[in-house]
Amino acid sequence: MSKPTMTLEVLRYRPEQDQAPRFQTYEVAYREDWVVLDAINHIKDQIDGTLSYRWSCRMGVCGSCGMMINGVPKLSCATFLKDYWPAPVRIEPLANFPIERDLVIVLDDFMEKLTSVKPWIIREEEKPLSEGEYRQSPAELARYKQFSMCINCMLCYAACPVYAMDPHFLGPAATALAQRYNMDSRDQGRRQREEVFASHVGIWDCTYVGECTVVCPANVDPAGAIQQAKLSSTLDWFKGVLMPWGER
Amino acid sequence: MRPYRRPVAPTWWLSNRAYFLFIVRELTSVFIAAYLVLFLLLLHNIAVGREAYEAYLRFLATPGLLVFHVLALAAALFHTVTWFNLLPNIMVVRYGENRAPAIIIAGVNYVAWIAVSIFIAWIVLSR
Repeated sequence: MSKPTMTLEVLRYRPEQDQAPRFQTYEVAYREDWVVLDAINHIKDQIDGTLSYRWSCRMGVCGSCGMMINGVPKLSCATFLKDYWPAPVRIEPLANFPIERDLVIVLDDFMEKLTSVKPWIIREEEKPLSEGEYRQSPAELARYKQFSMCINCMLCYAACPVYAMDPHFLGPAATALAQRYNMDSRDQGRRQREEVFASHVGIWDCTYVGECTVVCPANVDPAGAIQQAKLSSTLDWFKGVLMPWGER
Repeated sequence: MRPYRRPVAPTWWLSNRAYFLFIVRELTSVFIAAYLVLFLLLLHNIAVGREAYEAYLRFLATPGLLVFHVLALAAALFHTVTWFNLLPNIMVVRYGENRAPAIIIAGVNYVAWIAVSIFIAWIVLSR
């Protein structure tokens, strides 16, 4: 009896020779305990060394190996072949990003957006070391903890039709991380981030499709983060209008 | 380096059930906007006088407009229900380290919606 095999249709793009991406089919031995990344690593090692892709930890922590698997953004290290076998599985680079080579996308845009929201604790004035650490209660931690679980895998951007239509849109992960710091009791940088939020490509561009939250492998709920940011911004605005003398 | 940007297909919203339901939710606003135009015309005809008002009521009772109102009601219900179901993700109520359960947040909104609807029905139907 011949051993079972699995067919992988992988999108290839080699800029020095291809005008446009095209699919290449690979046949690998089917193993029940293999994830898609194992199969791709097998192709790279045994069948075709020219295949390019990103990966690192192979355990859902680093966020490097995001790919479109049968049209759905997933971490290839957490997607089992057995969930697709015996049908072939189609593997493409993350949607909505330019393709650099094969399964490797250009991620500069996300990196710039991430930097623009200043995802770090901003203090108006650092207190001297002698005054000790900035303390936080478990309740204060609980307010932002979910948003801090983001692993920057960009699956949410690949799932977002708003980002597909308008690549200038700030997008899910950057907003969730901005919101993570906005809700941190130690942070005082909310007004600085508000400039990015309130811009015409900021949070108001989001129409709440919600797929970013569905595909998130870290249970971050970026769609919720964006709507909560909208709610906070609106309340701030009302406070400013109704109580212009008050501190915002 | 020559990055390749893949075009977005005009049929992107048919590729996934969630995208499709999202577009349906967006399209419900067309029905609601059209209904509001009819409602403004109703107010206008009340202002003009009894005859204009009664003529407008006869116009509203034509089969085409009855079908439209049924569709507009379905659109409004779809929009309201899907929106209320999303609300728990937006309105975060915390007590200590815990978050109020989704069913409470959505439930309060459903109860308020039904109460307001009964109140309006009472005003419209009581003579």
